[in-house]
Amino acid sequence: MNSFKKNLLKKRYNAERRFQWYGKIAIGLALTFLAVFMFQIFSKGYSAFQKTWIVTEVHYDKELLLIDAESPSKDDLENADYYDVAYKAMTSLDPGLPEEEDRQLIQMVSYKYETEVKDLLLKNPDFLGKIVPIKLTASDDVDQVHKGNYPRDIPEKNRRVNDYQLQIYDMLNERGDILSEFNISFFTSPDSREAELAGIASSFMGTVFSILVCLAFSFPIAVLAAIYLEEFAPKNKFTDFIEVNINNLAAVPSIVFGLLGLGVLLAVFNLPRSTPLVGGITLSLMTLPTIIIAARASLKAVPPSIREAALAMGASNMQTTMHHTVPLSMPGTLSGTIIGLAQALGETAPLILIGMVAFVNTIPGTPVDPAASLPVQIYIWSESAERGFVEKVSACIMVLLAFLILMNLAAQIVRHKFEKKWS
Amino acid sequence: MSKIKAENVNVYYGSKQALFDVSIDIAEKEVTALIGPSGCGKSTFLRCFNRMNDVIEICRVEGSIKMDNLELNSRKLDVVRLRENVGMVFQKPNPFPKTIYENVAYGPTIHGIAQSKEEMDQIVETSLKKAALWNEVKDRLDEIGTGLSGGQQQRLCIARAISVSPEVILMDEPCSALDPIATAQIEELIDDLKKEVTIVIVTHSMSQAARVSQKTGFFHLGKLIEFGPTDKIFKNPDNQQTQDYITGRFG
Repeated sequence: MNSFKKNLLKKRYNAERRFQWYGKIAIGLALTFLAVFMFQIFSKGYSAFQKTWIVTEVHYDKELLLIDAESPSKDDLENADYYDVAYKAMTSLDPGLPEEEDRQLIQMVSYKYETEVKDLLLKNPDFLGKIVPIKLTASDDVDQVHKGNYPRDIPEKNRRVNDYQLQIYDMLNERGDILSEFNISFFTSPDSREAELAGIASSFMGTVFSILVCLAFSFPIAVLAAIYLEEFAPKNKFTDFIEVNINNLAAVPSIVFGLLGLGVLLAVFNLPRSTPLVGGITLSLMTLPTIIIAARASLKAVPPSIREAALAMGASNMQTTMHHTVPLSMPGTLSGTIIGLAQALGETAPLILIGMVAFVNTIPGTPVDPAASLPVQIYIWSESAERGFVEKVSACIMVLLAFLILMNLAAQIVRHKFEKKWS
Repeated sequence: MSKIKAENVNVYYGSKQALFDVSIDIAEKEVTALIGPSGCGKSTFLRCFNRMNDVIEICRVEGSIKMDNLELNSRKLDVVRLRENVGMVFQKPNPFPKTIYENVAYGPTIHGIAQSKEEMDQIVETSLKKAALWNEVKDRLDEIGTGLSGGQQQRLCIARAISVSPEVILMDEPCSALDPIATAQIEELIDDLKKEVTIVIVTHSMSQAARVSQKTGFFHLGKLIEFGPTDKIFKNPDNQQTQDYITGRFG
């Protein structure tokens, strides 16, 4: 081998080695970004899954509750006056506090503490007349202090937790009366203006309903369109034009679809504002081209020999399509659908335009109830000033990501499990 | 007895002409082989007999092809009925990615041939027996057809084709993807089948044409150069081009 050839060979090997390194570096960078991103979210958000409680004692005094009956019924308990009992439960933490300063203690628990006092008695009617321990939701400020997210060293006038409250907190903490438990209410409560009470139930359900509506509208339309275009439509300028437009549609910014939803669904058809129904239909406009493209690609991937086999057996075009081509293309179509839905899941802009950004403190039971959605919830909370919402934003992102990962996993499983092999 | 009579068949792909004035008489219950170099139009011609050229949008067929006095090249023809009577076996085995049973039962199902489950079982069994596959697959009819070996797959395709008892079977290079043993099995099968059906086979292998066919047609550049008894074509052809092709001087 002459030296020229040797050099050439060496160059070729070097080029390949360099190329492999570029690839490795690119992947390394991508993984690093992902790791930083994940670390940010997890380190900020994990504390949102812990809820802080303040334990105190409550005396279900019949007189204070204004209950006259000897053996009160459920209605009597329901209609009793819990204000004084709840108030006393909190002020008993520091009996020496003058009455005009009591707000300082009351502010350490959530404003719903009276309801919590009531609920405990309704659940355990035999507590009536007794003194029992009770867990009350700590206010978001105390919650943040307990989680160590609140700096104690800034001047008192700039702090939302004053020195007196810190002193009470420290006392309770020493006694073991500050509890930290898994935050179930984050998953079961709707949104709230108070960070300690806010949960993702309404936005989660809103997202679920939106996705279901989106699936119900986009999947049948998209699959039928794809089958017609791929298997039946004549190939001419008009179908080419349609194809180009479908591809363009997939690239239209989502906010444009939001405007369409606002202008057509809300203004012309008068569908209920802020509901998953409208959100889902708007999202389905976005998902439609994605599913059409995926479905057409997987129809195209079905080997022509299968079509020929069916046609040669005397199957009609319709039978060939429905018996053979469509079933074989389904894994690809379904995984494309799930990926389209996963994209829709993360959409925020169109939902904001159709009003799903409204503050909703009820859990929607149907697609026509007002609701938020997870990405919009993230947006709403990130606008909030309270420190307690910072961790909620990250926690909500974690839930959204988990949802996304599950859907993508489902897409993978569908693709691999149901994909049939042909020779 | 003539089964299919083609007269002055011209086929165009767009503006390109693929077949020029082909006329041929295909005899009933015989094997007719179509040979010729690649791209000579023999497959195109074969696909005229079951109108598979309809699938290709730019393809246009002119001329007359009559099967038992039924004009095949007519807009009014019911293609579904035609393909029930004219089965086809392709170059590459193409069983459906379904079970062996479903593969064979598909034709009888869509054409409503079997009235009951028992009848269908009977059809599947007979078809597989005729295709010399029954003994190999009788215990695993519910396995996927694409899991069989290449030769078995091709015999499954033949079983599928004969399941609707067609009068004619078209074979488009049925052995080109198979090894010699599988090829021998298919050739034996063709020999058996010709007692009941008319077979038209396109093949690249001249020895195969010589072995299985009674009549042979030689195509070149879209024209039918010579057509006659296989013996004559291979031993004493009239045409110099045929002679050259048979002896391997071109193609």
